[in-house]
Amino acid sequence: MTALLDPTSERTVQKRQLSPRLPDLGEGTVALLDISKPRGDVFIKRLDELFSERGVSVKHYRKPTFSKPAPLDLRQQIAAECTAVVEALAD
Amino acid sequence: MSDESTMALPVTDGLLAVVKDDCETCHLVVPVLAELAAGDRTFTVVSQDRADFPPGFEVLHDRELDISWKLRTETTPTIYRLAEGEVADQQAGWLRSGWERVTGAVGLGAGLPEQRPGCGSDTMLPDVYQRLMRRHSPHRISSRRVDLGSAEDPIEAAYARGWTDGLPVTPPTEERVARMLEGTSQAPGEVVCVLPPDLAECTVEKVAINAVMAGCLPEYLPVVLAALKAAATSRFNIHGISATTYFTGPVMVVNGPIRRRIGMNSGINALGQGNRANLTIGRALNLVVRNVGGSRPGGVDRAALGSPGKLSFCFPEDEEGSPWEPLSVERGFPPEDSTVTLFAGHGPIEIIDQKSRNPESLARTFALQLRMVGHPKLAGMADAIVVVSPEHARIFREAGWSKTRLRREIHALLTLPGAEVAAGAGGVAEGMPPQVAAGGKEFAKYTSEGLWFVHAGGDAGMFSAIISGWIGGAASSQMTTVAIDS
Repeated sequence: MTALLDPTSERTVQKRQLSPRLPDLGEGTVALLDISKPRGDVFIKRLDELFSERGVSVKHYRKPTFSKPAPLDLRQQIAAECTAVVEALAD
Repeated sequence: MSDESTMALPVTDGLLAVVKDDCETCHLVVPVLAELAAGDRTFTVVSQDRADFPPGFEVLHDRELDISWKLRTETTPTIYRLAEGEVADQQAGWLRSGWERVTGAVGLGAGLPEQRPGCGSDTMLPDVYQRLMRRHSPHRISSRRVDLGSAEDPIEAAYARGWTDGLPVTPPTEERVARMLEGTSQAPGEVVCVLPPDLAECTVEKVAINAVMAGCLPEYLPVVLAALKAAATSRFNIHGISATTYFTGPVMVVNGPIRRRIGMNSGINALGQGNRANLTIGRALNLVVRNVGGSRPGGVDRAALGSPGKLSFCFPEDEEGSPWEPLSVERGFPPEDSTVTLFAGHGPIEIIDQKSRNPESLARTFALQLRMVGHPKLAGMADAIVVVSPEHARIFREAGWSKTRLRREIHALLTLPGAEVAAGAGGVAEGMPPQVAAGGKEFAKYTSEGLWFVHAGGDAGMFSAIISGWIGGAASSQMTTVAIDS
């Protein structure tokens, strides 16, 4: 019988439960994360207007560069300060 | 190290014959064995296939063939003279003069022909050889073994499990991986790097498995290991390179003595097909990024178009023919070091110039073509490597132009006026932001660390090549050079 050696990292994917859907945004704060892509600020600005019109409070965050994952402290800060996050991915 | 590999021979001194019942020549030499057994010297008969062959002898039955493996027996019969646990002399098959030389006896096998070829040792049977290789390998393999069905084609099995880059791979059997690990002194379990995007620990063994699949020879392994160390740095940022919608993949430039030692090609078709080392080293890096790092097209890899170089893009510099110091020296390494330099790039883009006979003109050609990298109206973003061919390099050599001089001239030629490159200028929406392009501002097409020159290529052809980069600088990916531990 031929046996091959597994070339992968052999990691098993951890299944995580999605966070429960928020009933509304009234009480919480929405993080608006700009990933530093060109024109991401246009998208974020418009979202800020739309949330504000509806009385939802927002906080702005920015990744140092879009080409690398968000630093851990930024992720923790957002998690501590906000109940939801919108990430602007578009160019 | 496994117990089997350090196993000592059953005797350390004297004569020893390896025979088997299933061998006519072994039957032929039985009288000779009897003569030797009657002599004064220590004499041991090892039988591969039967404990009762030859009859009348006290035989060591080499049931597991470990003794034969240790002796590296290829033929039965073979007569050995051992001294202090090592083979001092040997003769395979039956050859009277040879047996007499090994044993010191005279007049052996009277009545036998002078010579008879032997039979293949049972250690040489394909399945047996592989089993023994595994048993005696000093390397402890810890990766999961994937047992294939009896009707399963190993190459198709690799496809079915998502391990390939779209081309067939060499099936990574234990014996191939054990052989690959001979290419490094590093232990299989040693962690080379933590590889994004999955942030998985990448061991020497995992690199070896993927290097087998890529088609590497063991002597290429140190280059692949060094490339992975470079790839996993935050500076090089393989995560971003894997994830980007851009064309880019890791481009490898190899410098130093290892290039010649492992037969890499820096001459004709250096960026093309045909050289095993060039192609398989580059491919191995990408397979590790895929299989261990977890970057797959359509998954983390979101390239809009990608490029063929994402399969493999690896070449050595022609240092010997270069008018300039090698890239590795420019990067701060001594010339006797072997290094691998990673660059986030793709291409190549051609530079044709068959008419320039002075460096000023040729530098202008380079600048014209370098301007189009990314977009002619974008500046300060992508880096580039220019692979300067021998016929173009000659012009710079004859004029005494250093790399520094060439870089300075091109930077001067590629300082772009804001009015020309602003978004919307020339009826083209793409370009630099109009507000920063106002007020007579100028833009450097390349940053001071963004333009590199490497010498390679065939002797004929007034063509050089641009390897376009991704976004340079600390925010994205910076050229990264590491020494190869060889």
